[in-house]
Amino acid sequence: MGNHSNSNWWIWKVFWILLIVTAVEVALGIIKPPFMMEVYFGTKLINHIFIILTLIKAAYIVMEFMHLGQEKKGLKLVILLPALILIPYMLFILLTEGLYASIMI
Amino acid sequence: MSEHKENTPKAWSGGDKPFNASYGKLMMWFFLITDALTFSGFLAAYGWSRFKYPEIWPNPEDVFSHFPFLEGDHPLLFVALMTFILIMSSVTMVLAVNYGHKMQKNKVILWLALTIVGGSIFLLSQAWEWGHFIHGDRGGIDTKTESVVHLAKDNELSSIYDMMGVDSYDGNEYEFTVNQIITSLEENPEYHIRKANREFLTNEQSISYLNENATEVILGANLTRNEYGHRLFADYFYFITGFHGFHVFSGVILLIIILINVIKGTYERRGHYEMVEKVGLYWHFVDLVWVFVFTFFYLV
Repeated sequence: MGNHSNSNWWIWKVFWILLIVTAVEVALGIIKPPFMMEVYFGTKLINHIFIILTLIKAAYIVMEFMHLGQEKKGLKLVILLPALILIPYMLFILLTEGLYASIMI
Repeated sequence: MSEHKENTPKAWSGGDKPFNASYGKLMMWFFLITDALTFSGFLAAYGWSRFKYPEIWPNPEDVFSHFPFLEGDHPLLFVALMTFILIMSSVTMVLAVNYGHKMQKNKVILWLALTIVGGSIFLLSQAWEWGHFIHGDRGGIDTKTESVVHLAKDNELSSIYDMMGVDSYDGNEYEFTVNQIITSLEENPEYHIRKANREFLTNEQSISYLNENATEVILGANLTRNEYGHRLFADYFYFITGFHGFHVFSGVILLIIILINVIKGTYERRGHYEMVEKVGLYWHFVDLVWVFVFTFFYLV
């Protein structure tokens, strides 16, 4: 993703992306557009949007600021695979159990 | 014997850099993976509790609605500012790492120092936020059903301090009994109760509800009870933002140590600024965690 050693412009590009995405999140959080408050797949549409925007921010931080995008493929996999497999798995287990726990009461 | 030696990969004797990354950077990455799993454990547990109590879980925007020196409710603004500060300090950190690659000592010093300033401002903001959270804002009334109810006025969330006619920040330590609240509700019919499931009661309903269910008035928050709602809410707040704040604090200490080393010329003599890069990895990770805490604690 660009020539990282010779210039700084890419740093400011990532900064603006992170800033704009955060601003959009805050604006959505304050305005709360009514059509986004409908529930799809277990939670409101607006929450799905927040989560997608957060993952975009996370990808930019890890790939650009932490330079993972420029590391060897093996290192990328070693770092990303445990997180990408274990965290969704844990979320799946805990959130479905949370649902059952509320039903049982 | 000699043939065997030649066939043995150099990596096993510690010669090569696996993945073309140095030992220090690899170990920092491995530490960060484990730390990421710890934080996702915290946030997943938070999600579990929210899914278990979907009706009565506190609304973050009712809890975090203050901004320094501003009157009234400004939900999200202060945490948005904190997020901006942390993103900004991430940018100054990348710049420091970048100038480290170019061996420009003075610019590394400048940007590292600015990163320390950003991290410190973030810590101060968090202290302010914690202070507010502990002191409390509207007050709540605990009930036998273990959900906390709040005072409302004209179907909008109000506060116990308002109804009792005092300012919560006038320096006095206030304590109210359930009977005082009920008497005051009888005298001020414009006030009524909002139940934990956001249902509003009329003034008469509120009085009989409190007579039947109220156990005590809660002002502020600690680990065992809080005025915002479910007891777990404050516990998660303290554990998650506290654990993250501790990471920021450690990061600031690490940054100060390497800043001293940069000024002393340690890395100049070593021939590379890799230590700045390694601490930079940690610093960006702290920013990364905050991005998720911001979403799951304040936005969702």
